[in-house]
Amino acid sequence: MSIIVESVSKNFGEFQALDRVSLKVKDGGLVALLGPSGSGKSTLLRAISGLETVDSGKILINGQDTTNLDVRQRNIGFVFQHYALFKHLTVRQNVAFGLDIRKRPRGEVQQRVGDLLELVQLTGLGDRYPSQLSGGQRQRVALARALAVQPQVLLLDEPFGALDAKVRKELRAWLRRLHDEVHVTSVFVTHDQEEAMEVADEVVIMNHGRIEQVGTPEEIYDNPATAFVMSFIGPVNVLPGHLGLFKTLTTQETRNSNVFLRPQDIEILEQPHPEAIPAVVARIIHLGWEVQAELALPDEHNLTAHVSREQFKSLDLRVNQNVFIKSKFAKAFPEVEVFR
Amino acid sequence: MPTNGINVENRATQNWGKPLLIGIALIYMAAILLVPAIAVFYEAFHRGFGPFLEAVGHREFQNAIRLTLITAAITVPLNLVFGLCAAWVIARNQFRGRTLLVSIIDLPFSISPVVVGLMLVLLYGRIGWLGPFLQSINFRVIFSLPGIVIATVIVSLPFVAREVIPVLEDMGPEQEEAARTLGAQDWQIFWRVILPHIRWGLLYGLLLTNARAMGEFGAVAVVSGNLAGRTQTLPIFVEHAYKNYQTQAAFGAAAILALLAVVTLILKEILERRTQHKRSSAH
Repeated sequence: MSIIVESVSKNFGEFQALDRVSLKVKDGGLVALLGPSGSGKSTLLRAISGLETVDSGKILINGQDTTNLDVRQRNIGFVFQHYALFKHLTVRQNVAFGLDIRKRPRGEVQQRVGDLLELVQLTGLGDRYPSQLSGGQRQRVALARALAVQPQVLLLDEPFGALDAKVRKELRAWLRRLHDEVHVTSVFVTHDQEEAMEVADEVVIMNHGRIEQVGTPEEIYDNPATAFVMSFIGPVNVLPGHLGLFKTLTTQETRNSNVFLRPQDIEILEQPHPEAIPAVVARIIHLGWEVQAELALPDEHNLTAHVSREQFKSLDLRVNQNVFIKSKFAKAFPEVEVFR
Repeated sequence: MPTNGINVENRATQNWGKPLLIGIALIYMAAILLVPAIAVFYEAFHRGFGPFLEAVGHREFQNAIRLTLITAAITVPLNLVFGLCAAWVIARNQFRGRTLLVSIIDLPFSISPVVVGLMLVLLYGRIGWLGPFLQSINFRVIFSLPGIVIATVIVSLPFVAREVIPVLEDMGPEQEEAARTLGAQDWQIFWRVILPHIRWGLLYGLLLTNARAMGEFGAVAVVSGNLAGRTQTLPIFVEHAYKNYQTQAAFGAAAILALLAVVTLILKEILERRTQHKRSSAH
């Protein structure tokens, strides 16, 4: 079922949480709303769910205008960051909650709850209470509970935010597989760009209540639309454009703007090259599978470069060594705003 | 080595300091609470159950018990509904005047009950603001059951809200929101999600409300008019009987009130244990 958001705005007092946001999520899609805290991503998700009303604009789910419908009538599934399981009910009773409310026959409820517990790999834990489960298990119960009522769309608010790093990684790979199995149109909120890139078909990058860019993870990485997007998707070097150092960019592009350059797109050479500029190695930091080199440019600007261990060894990099650097990919943006 | 010396000294201080403090506290408690309570039961029963039963069987005594039970039976449900509504509004909303509302709910704790009674007389009494109107429709508030109930409702108002607000705040709004996304109506959310969560706190609040409703003296004394057999609640009966040298009746009634307090205390202890158990198992 598709979701269409048309020019939605929402204010909390003086604070503008959403500023004329428009978005289309296609049927069966898995979309990430990505942005820093306060960017409006959670508000947008809650507006789609009906937990939050909007000041202006429209929201359509499956072609139906749901802007003024109560959350109960929108037929959505919602997963909360802190699970929001009913603490006094068992896992089975939690999953059955929505079906009991709808007064479905007992046999059907039992059947469906059993199927869902199997789907989320919690068969055998149905009689436990939420307090007896791990964080990852609780979030899977919350997911089963949301899916039980066969929602038109599934909305997840920072679903992995409260989990530790290892469980978080496992669960997001699992969510991706689950979506391929169940195919319900899903939107999830995250502030973790790696998570968004890994799980989603399409990533929506938000900042200050506006959408900066919508695209597949690849499009966003290869062709960031704004300075904010480029600086939000991983670390980036920002240099004044007037340096004119980078021959891959035209002078037209670099005048009056900043050049954005990712650490892993910097190539370090031992010998001079027509497209390369000289630099001095100022510092070397070992990050495990990568090595980070701080490079000083002749005009006192500094750059951070990442090279693989193998390259590092073959170059035999040392502090104070003179090298030549070349950019494999750089972009110029007139804007000054970057994410820090 | 010097650190060790200090430690030993500290431990030595603790060795006699702790029992001393506990001892002082116990003696203090016994002197001001336990001994008087025992005295009440002794006075009521030292001549055996016969005189006690005789005093209890007296018509005025029975009327006092009946009036106390009726007052509590009206007050407790009223304050249950009010307390729940107030607690939910305060715990779930941020609005201007929220802290003011909390202070207003707590007001009956800080106002002397006698003043509460006087306020009611000023409002509903024969020469009070609403006096002429009430007289014209021939409805008595002061020196009658309505006045006693209003006074009792006011003095026992804060208990339910005070007990339920922290539990609701601790619970957070997410479970209610989750229930809404699953299609639950407001009354279903209340019965299936909120009530199971707050039940022990709520019960504790009701217990305290009931204890105060049955035990209130000051506010009720001002509005009741102290008409023997008609507007005497149990605490007022106790005072009246004592002043009229009906010692057996006074201490019999006092023993019943004291017994109520003991039962309340035991139930409170059980409830607190349950709530704590629930809290610790939830995390």
